[in-house]
Amino acid sequence: MAPKDLSIERRTIAVLVDNEPGVLARVIGLFSGRGYNIESLTVSEVDPARRQSRITIITSGTPQILEQIKAQLDRLVPVHGVSDLSQKGPSVERELALVKVIGKGNKRVESLRIADIFRARVVDSGLEHFIFEMTGSTDKLNVFIDLMRPLGLVDVSRTGVVAISRGPTGLLS
Amino acid sequence: MPAKKMTGSQMVLKALSDQGVDVIFGYPGGAVLPIYDALHQQNALRHILVRHEQAAVHAAEGYARSTGKVGVVLVTSGPGATNAVTGLTDALMDSIPVVCLTGQVPTHLIGNDAFQEADTTGITRPCTKHNYLVKSIEDLPRVMHEAFYVARTGRPGPVVVDLPKDVLQAKGDAYFGPDQVKHSSYRPRTKPDPKAIEKAIEMIAKAKRPIIYSGGGVINSGDKASRLLTRFTRTLGAPCTSTLMGLGAYPASDPQFLGMLGMHGTYEANLAMYNCDVMINVGARFDDRVTGRLDEFSPNSTKIHIDIDPSSINKNVMVDLPIVGDVSAVLDALLKAWTKGEHSLSQRALKEWWKAIEAWRGRDCLSFRSVDSVIKPQHAIKRLYELTKDRETFISTEVGQHQMWAAQYYKFEKPRHWMTSGGLGTMGYGLPAAYGAQVAHPDALVIDIAGEASIMMNIQELSTVMQYGLPVKVFIINNQWMGMVRQWQELLHGGRYSQSYTASLPDFVKLAEAFGALGLRASKPAELDDLIMEMIDSPRPVVFDCQVDQTENCFPMIPSGAAHYEMLLGPDDKAVKPVSEEGMVLV
Repeated sequence: MAPKDLSIERRTIAVLVDNEPGVLARVIGLFSGRGYNIESLTVSEVDPARRQSRITIITSGTPQILEQIKAQLDRLVPVHGVSDLSQKGPSVERELALVKVIGKGNKRVESLRIADIFRARVVDSGLEHFIFEMTGSTDKLNVFIDLMRPLGLVDVSRTGVVAISRGPTGLLS
Repeated sequence: MPAKKMTGSQMVLKALSDQGVDVIFGYPGGAVLPIYDALHQQNALRHILVRHEQAAVHAAEGYARSTGKVGVVLVTSGPGATNAVTGLTDALMDSIPVVCLTGQVPTHLIGNDAFQEADTTGITRPCTKHNYLVKSIEDLPRVMHEAFYVARTGRPGPVVVDLPKDVLQAKGDAYFGPDQVKHSSYRPRTKPDPKAIEKAIEMIAKAKRPIIYSGGGVINSGDKASRLLTRFTRTLGAPCTSTLMGLGAYPASDPQFLGMLGMHGTYEANLAMYNCDVMINVGARFDDRVTGRLDEFSPNSTKIHIDIDPSSINKNVMVDLPIVGDVSAVLDALLKAWTKGEHSLSQRALKEWWKAIEAWRGRDCLSFRSVDSVIKPQHAIKRLYELTKDRETFISTEVGQHQMWAAQYYKFEKPRHWMTSGGLGTMGYGLPAAYGAQVAHPDALVIDIAGEASIMMNIQELSTVMQYGLPVKVFIINNQWMGMVRQWQELLHGGRYSQSYTASLPDFVKLAEAFGALGLRASKPAELDDLIMEMIDSPRPVVFDCQVDQTENCFPMIPSGAAHYEMLLGPDDKAVKPVSEEGMVLV
């Protein structure tokens, strides 16, 4: 018997599903029912003509558990394909955050200055607040949000990670 | 010419008949009245009125297990659906193809906490292979046919179709048959990868101590799979053991058969698993009842795992070679490659291996001491086997000691003649499963080997068997205890028998009579055979109260958390070490 590898790995998994009622519940129920982790999960319709949605999940576990997760996802009836982007080769991962910061005076100027460094865009502003929009890796967003905290951070909304493999192949190929 | 308009209910019945369904097990209620009305106006479909919706699903399981066809259930919304949940979970765990139609409140009331409303698709999502809520009559024919396709293909399982009442009453003209439905995403792999077959042959050819470990997947794959398993085993000359769910796939009387393996499996099967060098798992899933302690499970073997469900691979036990595919297709490919390559195993090594196995077999682990004063439960099942083996006999069981004794002492020669709740371990399974099989095989002898505690969980179903004149025999191994619970309390909890004794049991003979069945009672070994014969010869449903030794435990046994070689062979056999804390936690 092959020795068990107990190291915990983090993976980004993309799942193409039929956009039918309950499909997200099926995926989430699978994770909660079998005790798998979800660090991030995003879902949106990507092909309205075929009524297909793409779910991007970031999860972690031992290699054995990760293989289980993929196999369990793949056997859900409305699932068209499962792709382990972390294993398949290089991929692009992005997350978007909307960050609301309130304040006056120096703090307000400082938040704008940092936003500029991070290439965050101002999407709304008033005399006492900004809303920044920022896209990037999860780490970059975390750093930005941490910096905003002492400067009057009141609200954060994040999309979770979306990801796609680099190169000319699609999820099902 | 435009197609004739049909109501949703008529479409449901048309779809059932197009799927080859001839019988459904159900119970009416408000939300499914339109279907019952349509049923009343036709003769093609037979409806068996159960007494509890859980039993409807178990009956459909018994029907499916004994025929290889999809079992069909019809229940109403709310409590009808929630009562079916245990049966659905049972079918999911044991991979039994069932389509369960549930009524639902009309679509405009969904979410309003209407009378007899339950979120059926929400509740049954984790206990079905797939489920559907049909919101429009246009979707109905497709969903009905997809449901059957999903239930029976790949690893079979239960599928729920939730049918709101307004959809059943709506009229539509868009009915179409099964041949026009192709599922867009669900296409399970059945043909094995040729490279995996090649690799498997290489691995098997080197084996000195091979073993075939077969499971319920062989039965699900069809009778051809059982024939191929037998041929494959005989071609190799290797020993074959089986899980609880796989019994009957390989003939039990064959000398190459080692009996069942696992917690209450035979000594020879478990030691052969522990000591083998190449293990060929055919349609089994390395269940915890089979493996015992995982880190000591067959530590020195190369493992090949044949399974149609990729998620079964490497779930509990890491294997060296997975072969994803249908058991029939895989065994066929393996046999062809083996014969074509003119392979054979080392006969010298095989002889040594069988010598070891015969020594383990020599321990005669299923022996027990019969006495004249009281019926030993093992003896009762042995006699039942001897007196019924020459007939076409189907056996179902409830769950507990009697179930394990039935698996140990009743020898199954053919697939599909054994129905038991393996994965979920559902008390109350046996009686409905038995009459489900009896409906499919009206002339066969169908016996539910029961315990007196389990049978009480669906005892109302005696009324169903009476209504349809189904001559099911309920053979109760009555020791007045929840035997398996008592056995664990004895072994693991210092003999503190908390709530496992059943006071106030009914008089089963009078109970049978109250339902209109024949009641028989045996309490002495001397009268057992005659009474069993009376049961078999009766054309009526029979409840047989077989009063047995109350203290008997089920052996051999691998204590929980122990390894295959740490088996207890009998009551005098002391465990090598006390059950560990880890073991105590396991069920």
